[in-house]
Amino acid sequence: MPALEKYIGAKHTRNPHTIYMLRLADNALILGQRLSEMCGHGPEMELDMAMTNMSLDLIGQAKLLFEHILTLEDLAPNADVLALTRPLERYSNCLLVAQPNVDFAHIMLRQFLFSSMQKRQYEALLNSNDSTLAAIAEKSLKEIAYHIRFAKGWVLRLGDGTKESRDRMADALSCLWRFTGEMFTCDARVADAVEAGTSSDFTKTYSDWKLEVKTILSEAGGLTPHENTRMIMGGHFGQHDDNLGHILSDMQFMQLSYPGLEW
Amino acid sequence: MYSTDLRTDQEKKSADPQVLDDAKLWDTFQSRIDNGDVIEAKDDMPEKYRQTLIRQISQHAHSEIVGQLPEGNWVTRAPTLKRKLILLAKIQDEAGHGLYLYSAAETLGRSRDDMVADLLSGKAKYSTIFNYPTPTWADIGTIGWLVDGAAVTNQIPLCRCSYGPYARAMVRVCKEESFHQRQGYEIVTVLAQGTLAQKALAQDSLNRFWWPSLMMFGPSDSASTHSSQNMKWKIKRHSNDELRQRFVDATVPQAEFLGLSIPDADMRWNEERGSYDHGEINWDEFWAVIKDGGICGKDRIRARRAAAKDGQWVRAAAHAYAQKQETKERVA
Repeated sequence: MPALEKYIGAKHTRNPHTIYMLRLADNALILGQRLSEMCGHGPEMELDMAMTNMSLDLIGQAKLLFEHILTLEDLAPNADVLALTRPLERYSNCLLVAQPNVDFAHIMLRQFLFSSMQKRQYEALLNSNDSTLAAIAEKSLKEIAYHIRFAKGWVLRLGDGTKESRDRMADALSCLWRFTGEMFTCDARVADAVEAGTSSDFTKTYSDWKLEVKTILSEAGGLTPHENTRMIMGGHFGQHDDNLGHILSDMQFMQLSYPGLEW
Repeated sequence: MYSTDLRTDQEKKSADPQVLDDAKLWDTFQSRIDNGDVIEAKDDMPEKYRQTLIRQISQHAHSEIVGQLPEGNWVTRAPTLKRKLILLAKIQDEAGHGLYLYSAAETLGRSRDDMVADLLSGKAKYSTIFNYPTPTWADIGTIGWLVDGAAVTNQIPLCRCSYGPYARAMVRVCKEESFHQRQGYEIVTVLAQGTLAQKALAQDSLNRFWWPSLMMFGPSDSASTHSSQNMKWKIKRHSNDELRQRFVDATVPQAEFLGLSIPDADMRWNEERGSYDHGEINWDEFWAVIKDGGICGKDRIRARRAAAKDGQWVRAAAHAYAQKQETKERVA
C-alpha cells in the first residue's frame, strides 16, 4: 500500500474523550500556526518575539494533547501524522482561530477572545477524570494567563490609542465577534465530554465571559459588539471557511509530500 | 561574517570620521588596550574606535534580524511539530540577539531607530548569506550547521573583544549559536541517514550553501584593508583567513561523517600544514551579492520595510494611549 494512503487515514474515533481532546488540540495547533506566520514580520521586534512566544506555547500545548491522545487510542503511528495529515473536514478547531492575520488589531483581538475563552475551557479540565489531561491544562493555564495579559493590553492600547488604531480595532471586532458564539456552544461533543467526565461544562460561563470581554472592549475606546450579531459556526464539526485549506496546504506540505518519513 | 566590514573602499573612505582625535588620547587608549583593559561605554575612546564598533555591532544586529527571514520561510511548513517548535525557538533566539546587539551598539551613542533606518534605506549592510534562498527543508539544517557554525567560529574570539558591552553580549550569543549549530547538524544527520530522496536534499543544500558560508568570513587577508587597526584595538583577534581555515578544518570531517561531499574539487588534507587546502573562493560573486542583493536581497529589505510600516500605527497608538494614561493619573 502506498505510504500516502497508509498515513492520510489517521483513524476515526468514536470516543467522546478523544473527540473532545482533538478539538482542544486543533484549536491550539491552528492558532499557533497562524501566529507563526508572523515570525520575522511583526510590527515591532519585541512584538514579533511575543507572537512567536505565544505560537510556541500553543503548538506545545497541541503537541502534548496529540501525544496524550495516542497513549489512549491508536489513531496514528505518531503525533505528527495525527496532527498534520488529516483531511480538512476532520480538523475540529473553531472558526475563530483560523481567521487571517489582517493586521495587529485583528491578531490581538483574536488572541484576546480566544485566550479568555481558553482559560475557562482549561479550568474546566482541572477536575477531569483523566489526570494527564488535567495536568496539561494546569501547565497550559500559566501560559494562557500571559496570553490574556498581553492581548488585553494591546486591545486597550489600540482601542484607546489613535483614530486609526481604534478604526482598525472596530473592524477587527466586527469581523471576529461573529465567531465567538461557536466557542461557547454546548454542542453534543461538549455534552458527551461532560458526561464522560473529561471536563465540566465551561459553556455555562458564557454570560460571565461576555460581561468580562465587553467591559474590556468598552474600556478600549468604547468598543461594543453588535448585540444582534448572527453567530457563525461549523469548525467544531469540520465545516470550515476559506481559511483552513490554505493553512493546511502549508502545514501539511512536508508530511504529504514525503509521507511516512522521519525528519 | 555578520560583522565583517562589507563596505566598498569608496564607502569606507567617505565614512571615515573627520574628527581628528587628540594624539594623546590615542596613545593613552592604546596603552589601556595593550594592558588588556576592558573599555566601557563611558570611557574615553577615539572616535574611530567608536564608529568602527557602531558599524560592526549594528551590522551584526541587522544580520540577526534579517536572518530571521530565510528560516521563517519554513516555520509554517516544518515537517513535524518538534521541528516547528525548535525552529520557532531558534528564530526567536536570533531576534533576541538582534535586540541585545542593538542595545550594545546604543551604548556607543547611536539610537536603534537610526540604525534600523540605515538598514531600511540600504545604507547599512548585513551578512550576504541571508540573501540566499531556502527552497527546501534541508536548508534549515544546513543554515544551522554551516551558517551558525561559521558564526560561532567567528564570534568566540569576540567574547574577548576590547569593548565590554559587545564582549559580554557575545558570551550569551555564542552559547545559543553553538546550540543552533548542533540542532542544524542533527537535522542534516537525519536527512543523510534517511531515504535517497532525503540524502539528495541534504547534498543539494550543502552544494548551494558551502561557498557562501566560506564567504561569510570576509575577503582574504591580503584584500582586507581595515584588519590591522582592528587587531591593534583588539576588536578583532584573528584574520579572516585564519578563522575560515578553522571552520573548514572543523566542518569537512563532519560532512565526511555524514557521507556528504564538499563541493570543492580542490579540497584536500595538507599533511604539512595539518589543515585542509581549499579551492579559490569566487570573490566576484561575493561583491556582486553585496552590490545587488543577490537572489533575495530585495525581498528581505521589502519584508523589513513592510514590518516597519505596519509598526507605525501600532507605535503611534501605544504612544497616544500612554499619554492618555499619564494625563488620567495626573488628574487623579
